[in-house]
Amino acid sequence: MSRPATDRQPGSDGSFAGLSDPVLSVRDFSVVYRALGGDVRAVDKVNLDLQRGEVVGLAGESGSGKSTLAYGACRLLRPPALITSGSVRYSGRRIAQPLDLMRLSAAELQRLRWREISIVFQSAMNALNPVMSVRDQLVDAMVAHLDVSREEALEKASSLLDLVSIPRARLRSYPHELSGGMRQRVMIAMALAADPEVVIMDEPTTALDVVVQRDILAQIVELKDQLGLSILFITHDVSLLLELADRIAVMYAGQLLEVGTADEIQHEAAHPYTKGLLGSFPSLRGPRKDLAGIPGSPPDLHNPPGGCPFLPRCGYSTPACAEIDMQLAPVASSADPAHVTACPFVLPATASPGLVQAVPVPSGPASAEPAPAPAQGGPGLEEEL
Amino acid sequence: MTTGNSAADARGTDEPVIGPAGRPADDEVESAAASRGPLAMEAIAVSKDFRARHGTSIHAVRAVSFSLYRGGVVALVGESGSGKSTIARLLAGQEKLSSGSVRLDGEPVTLHTRRGFRRYKSSVQLVFQDPFSSLNPVHTVRYHIERPVRLHQRTTSAAKVGEEVASLLRQVRLVPPEQFVGKYPHELSGGQRQRVAFARALAARPEVLLADEPVSMLDVSIRLEILNLLDDLRQRFQLAMLYITHDIASARYFADEVLVLYAGQVVERGPAEDVTQHPAHPYTQLLVASAPDPDRFGSTLREGARSAAREQAAAMTTADGCPFSPRCPFAVDHCRTHAPALQRIDTNRAAACWRLDVAAPDVLAGRQGGGNLTA
Repeated sequence: MSRPATDRQPGSDGSFAGLSDPVLSVRDFSVVYRALGGDVRAVDKVNLDLQRGEVVGLAGESGSGKSTLAYGACRLLRPPALITSGSVRYSGRRIAQPLDLMRLSAAELQRLRWREISIVFQSAMNALNPVMSVRDQLVDAMVAHLDVSREEALEKASSLLDLVSIPRARLRSYPHELSGGMRQRVMIAMALAADPEVVIMDEPTTALDVVVQRDILAQIVELKDQLGLSILFITHDVSLLLELADRIAVMYAGQLLEVGTADEIQHEAAHPYTKGLLGSFPSLRGPRKDLAGIPGSPPDLHNPPGGCPFLPRCGYSTPACAEIDMQLAPVASSADPAHVTACPFVLPATASPGLVQAVPVPSGPASAEPAPAPAQGGPGLEEEL
Repeated sequence: MTTGNSAADARGTDEPVIGPAGRPADDEVESAAASRGPLAMEAIAVSKDFRARHGTSIHAVRAVSFSLYRGGVVALVGESGSGKSTIARLLAGQEKLSSGSVRLDGEPVTLHTRRGFRRYKSSVQLVFQDPFSSLNPVHTVRYHIERPVRLHQRTTSAAKVGEEVASLLRQVRLVPPEQFVGKYPHELSGGQRQRVAFARALAARPEVLLADEPVSMLDVSIRLEILNLLDDLRQRFQLAMLYITHDIASARYFADEVLVLYAGQVVERGPAEDVTQHPAHPYTQLLVASAPDPDRFGSTLREGARSAAREQAAAMTTADGCPFSPRCPFAVDHCRTHAPALQRIDTNRAAACWRLDVAAPDVLAGRQGGGNLTA
């Protein structure tokens, strides 16, 4: 199936005419880490789409598999990581036809990386070479990998700094002379140097203060609109995603638990983990409530028990939860069929999130037995008909 | 000099507004944590300078004063580079003060003698941000907690030490203790390691606990549990706590009093609820406005205040001016040449700003209306 090569700018009505496929489509994707004690399933049959011009937030904590999913999709993982199944279809506007990243040769992949799909890594600000000036790093990278002369690269480096609101004079600076926020912006600029279509950002603002964080996020939104980017934004900070993302995918122990628009996730969260996560952020606005977070800790992925991985920490659990298959299905109470969840139960609608009953769990490493379920299978659980 | 003439301000006058008291407020402002218990520790005009190249100095901490009370929590909120971790190290005795003093239980502190230092460490303990590097990877949990028990509690009997270790593990909810004593740090989760760090600090039976970003490196869903644990320990042991964080929302949740730090100076202090709900200082306002707020979807990110652009104006501020003036939307020329001192706004609130009348008129109005700022 061939696609016409078109200009990056959207049509006058804001749409990208004729290209309605997701720009990135992950299907049945699984990654294991081979270990002596048995394989660890870091990502378990994940399906996820990124539409053009969209910001999808991938939310999860340690061990959720979110970074593994992103790096795996770009084939950046090394042994003992092993991709055991799945495809990642990329349909960029500049390429003739959609490609499955899993089937490309190393050379083809190399051409895709940076030019079509770009990544800003976690703690990227530490990725800058401390003994080279910003200018030299940007220019060298561009000359080595793009088909440009040194002069062109220099001009491009200058305009990249403009793009991220860093004064051009800082081209001469060394990384240690820049603040953390500025270094992060340089990394974002570097990721955009080859004019990619998809940018994957892994915790790009975690080490930064809220003020700088807000600036950088505003910058990212601006760039997205300006350049027609599609962004996969990975973070543990769900509150940030509620402001930034169009859609949010919540990941836990290698599996997607819920996917929905930011509005749906905030106001109609359908999975107990999502609710618990939303209730883990003390808020500055509104009344000061007593919060509990989620008791227990993320599970040991070496020998996952069957059924729902969130079971030991779930305040709504029933014995049936140990047997369910983790397919994502549309949320019964939602008008939007694209709002999906892996929890088959209809959770009682509560006014505020985070009212998952804190079921006392021994705070050891994930214990084998699930938490005792509250009486009668939890407050008002009804099985979805 | 006008004092809060709102008509004059509406004209956009350049005249600075000197606060009503017009003098440093440190000794007049009562801490919001004072009602919790007796005074444990005082930091009095604590300063720390680091020598940089060519004889210049970096003023990491400038004349910071506050008091810690048993059973109360004071939060120190600031960005990275604001000096907050330096303050923790100064109070923990890991750095020498450049000027100012620290008092413990009303007495000046002696750190230069071995005995004096040991006694100080018995009373003042520090827990760190990084649960991974603050524990020794080649030693077990038992070793980490036994040492301070032997050192500070002077217990010699092995049985008694063992009991105390188990008791401490129970206090931090690592139960059953037998399951944890033999573990090495790499066998524990981040939250569990942090609990061990708390147990280790508690083993010294301190009066004061300095917690430097204790939950920043933990998963969000367990942060609250750990903070709630800290709160529990504070209550049970009547600890005087200093909670250092960059997250002002958690400070609201956890602390009695909040001190906002900018460029090594306290720019605002007051009850946690008042400071976070009705911030007076422009920097506090910026912090509160920048925190993610899910109730304002996306839109503010697009039109949000681009304070970064104002970093360019830094060149205009002299060394004697207000350090925040380059980024301040209310700054006038006077601000750039004269640094404001902390001015008392209310019995337990103060802010260091010439332009409070413009930046926070409702806060001042609340004060004038009898000092009742919270409805």
